[in-house]
Amino acid sequence: MKEERRRMHDVLSEIERRFIVSLASKERRVDGRMLKEMRPVTIETGLIKKAEGSAKVSLGETKVIAGVKAELGSPFPDEPNKGVITCNAELIPLASPVFEVGPPQEDAIELARVVDRGIRESEMINLEKLCVIPGEKVWVLFVDLYILDDNGNLFDASSYAAVAALLTTKIPEVEVNGDNVVIQDERMLLPIDEVPVSITFSRVGGRLFLDPTIDEEKAMDCRFTIVTDKEDNVVAVQKSGDGILSERDISEALEVAIEKGREIREKHFYPILKSREAEAHG
Amino acid sequence: MSIKNYSQEELFKDGVRIDGRGANELRPIKLEVGVLSRADGSAYIEQGNNKILVAVYGPRELHPKHLARPDAAILQCVYRMATFSVDERKSPAPSRRELELSKVIRGALAPAIFLKNFPRSTIDVYIQVLQADGGTRCASITAASLALADAGVPMRDLVAACAVGKVNGTLVLDPNDVEDKLGEADMPLALMPRKKLITLLQMDGRMSKEEFLEACRMAINGCMEIYKLQRQALIKRYMVIREEYEGGEEEDA
Amino acid sequence: MTIYFRKRQIVLPGEVLAEGNRIKPGEGTFKEANKILSAVVGLAEVKGDTVFVVPLEGVYIPRPGDVVIGKIVNVKLTSWDVDILAPYLATLNPVNALGKQFDPIKNDLRRIYDVGDIIVAKILAFDRTQPPILTTKERGLGKLQGGRLVRMMPTRIPRLIGRRGSMINMIKKRTGCQIVIGQNGLIWISGKNIEDEELVVRAIRQIEREAHTSGLTDRIRALIYRNGKKEEDLNEH
Repeated sequence: MKEERRRMHDVLSEIERRFIVSLASKERRVDGRMLKEMRPVTIETGLIKKAEGSAKVSLGETKVIAGVKAELGSPFPDEPNKGVITCNAELIPLASPVFEVGPPQEDAIELARVVDRGIRESEMINLEKLCVIPGEKVWVLFVDLYILDDNGNLFDASSYAAVAALLTTKIPEVEVNGDNVVIQDERMLLPIDEVPVSITFSRVGGRLFLDPTIDEEKAMDCRFTIVTDKEDNVVAVQKSGDGILSERDISEALEVAIEKGREIREKHFYPILKSREAEAHG
Repeated sequence: MSIKNYSQEELFKDGVRIDGRGANELRPIKLEVGVLSRADGSAYIEQGNNKILVAVYGPRELHPKHLARPDAAILQCVYRMATFSVDERKSPAPSRRELELSKVIRGALAPAIFLKNFPRSTIDVYIQVLQADGGTRCASITAASLALADAGVPMRDLVAACAVGKVNGTLVLDPNDVEDKLGEADMPLALMPRKKLITLLQMDGRMSKEEFLEACRMAINGCMEIYKLQRQALIKRYMVIREEYEGGEEEDA
Repeated sequence: MTIYFRKRQIVLPGEVLAEGNRIKPGEGTFKEANKILSAVVGLAEVKGDTVFVVPLEGVYIPRPGDVVIGKIVNVKLTSWDVDILAPYLATLNPVNALGKQFDPIKNDLRRIYDVGDIIVAKILAFDRTQPPILTTKERGLGKLQGGRLVRMMPTRIPRLIGRRGSMINMIKKRTGCQIVIGQNGLIWISGKNIEDEELVVRAIRQIEREAHTSGLTDRIRALIYRNGKKEEDLNEH
């Protein structure tokens, strides 16, 4: 049933596919961008007051919202002194003619896990500082992503939304009296050690397109995401889809991911970090 | 993170509600039409602290085909709340409440639509509550009506919706979440404004016969005010562009 | 009859447009007792005793006789499914593509049109009991190759065409591009170079955005003449 609708929308016509590839041979794209140029990014934080943290990202016409809810809960048995972070993504039917009502399917699950991997492996949040009573009570952070408008590159838009939401999340201070945890009125920002930045490419006609639009994704062989940290380390990588990547693609993508990662971090996340510091000292 | 417990007295004291409003005052409403790029029609509403996004797809081919009606389009409504839209995180899976609301919202919108114009197809209305603060089904209907108009779906009229609550024995227009949860009654109503035909009416709580009729009257008037805002929102996008070239001679609708 | 709207006023669903005994409801309107009301967001107009609304938004509803651009999305044993961006998937039968009998055992439909192909077709028939039936048999119809595709809201297509084709012919002439317009909101452009094609795209985007304003024809003419080719350059080719 959904196969029919998907088939209609995901089949890019030969004309459109050829057009994308022929423009690429001239280092250009349908929307006028260069191959390694990103669409405009805007990030708005703190828009959902009921959430402990929130962010809405627009990447071109792609729109994603992330909400962070914090609860006190039990730690994982193998990591008794660490807080817990868990990511979920919903590809809601609002966002695209091909998304269906229902629980997350493989695309949504992959998306959530890759966003999660970038945050976890970069050790963005100092989970040990989220431990309240070792072995018993820790802060559990739910990062929930909702895709609102799919115009391509959900991986980067979602990652930026999750990171921005976490950077601005405030959880209550707590006081521990023996076995008792008392939630205070004061709030504190999360303990942040790193800022991972996700950079995604589509391989189309043998070339790598940075920040693909929805049509470029329909024309692609595969997708390639690289997440880096402040020290230019690679913390997460995902090749997604059925096509192939060459070694040259990988080294080319790595260079661009580090360069663009720095740009995004500086332009969008450092200002947030600065206001965090100002608040802490204010 | 849970809400504070107010007493009935605190909810309505000296003619003032906890958010400073009078008994017959709507919360501030902001409406925007055409906010999503892939949907056929879309609208966004902020009503008090409610933040709700609505998308319309269609009329379009219906899958699976056996659900299609040979003589008319079917209207499918999906109302969902984001996990972070409420004080305590809500599970992403749809609750029974969300399923019920999806159904009554469909019932509120269907009478307005010329479904018979599009046999064997579907019109899909997707409602995503990003932040909830009481009265979300009404705000959703108000926005959904605009999203349908934005999608070019032919309709007999727009649909406007508004609720009336009861706190400390007083009927109040457009109750917020606290008034909803702690009040004595909640009555959402939706109508097609031109002939005041009611398409949604629910009540839970306790009201006398007189109170109920008075509440209906209040809600209907509230809807008529909201209808004015809906009209402005629909016309605004076109007028802004027109004014660029024609210098704002047009009158407001 | 009494008319309740001003010229080119934007009207909304449920608005009363006119009242009278002999008025007729045209496109985008409906009748209640002796009143004509708008069913959509659009520009109200009256022609004779018919009141109609030119919709500003809306999906494409197939009309017999329309020329549309479609994408082959499925090749079945004895017909093609064609996506024409309408609420209904269209059907193309071999008899309307080949003009002769088709033998499924001897011939493969894929050789004629395959999934992903873009075709210009005409709507032969459409009613509530069957999907739209297409034909590619007439001159000017058939598979398109090369060039680029642009989507435009179907409600704005008439503005792109202009009165008796005046707008589109002006654009074609000055840019030297081949342009095929589908009533369903798909446009195919093929020019000698990218700049010419991009000028056409710019014009399309501007027309789409400003379709409901006055003075648009002049502004598009200015855009095209500022950037387009001179008559002499075109004749050289």
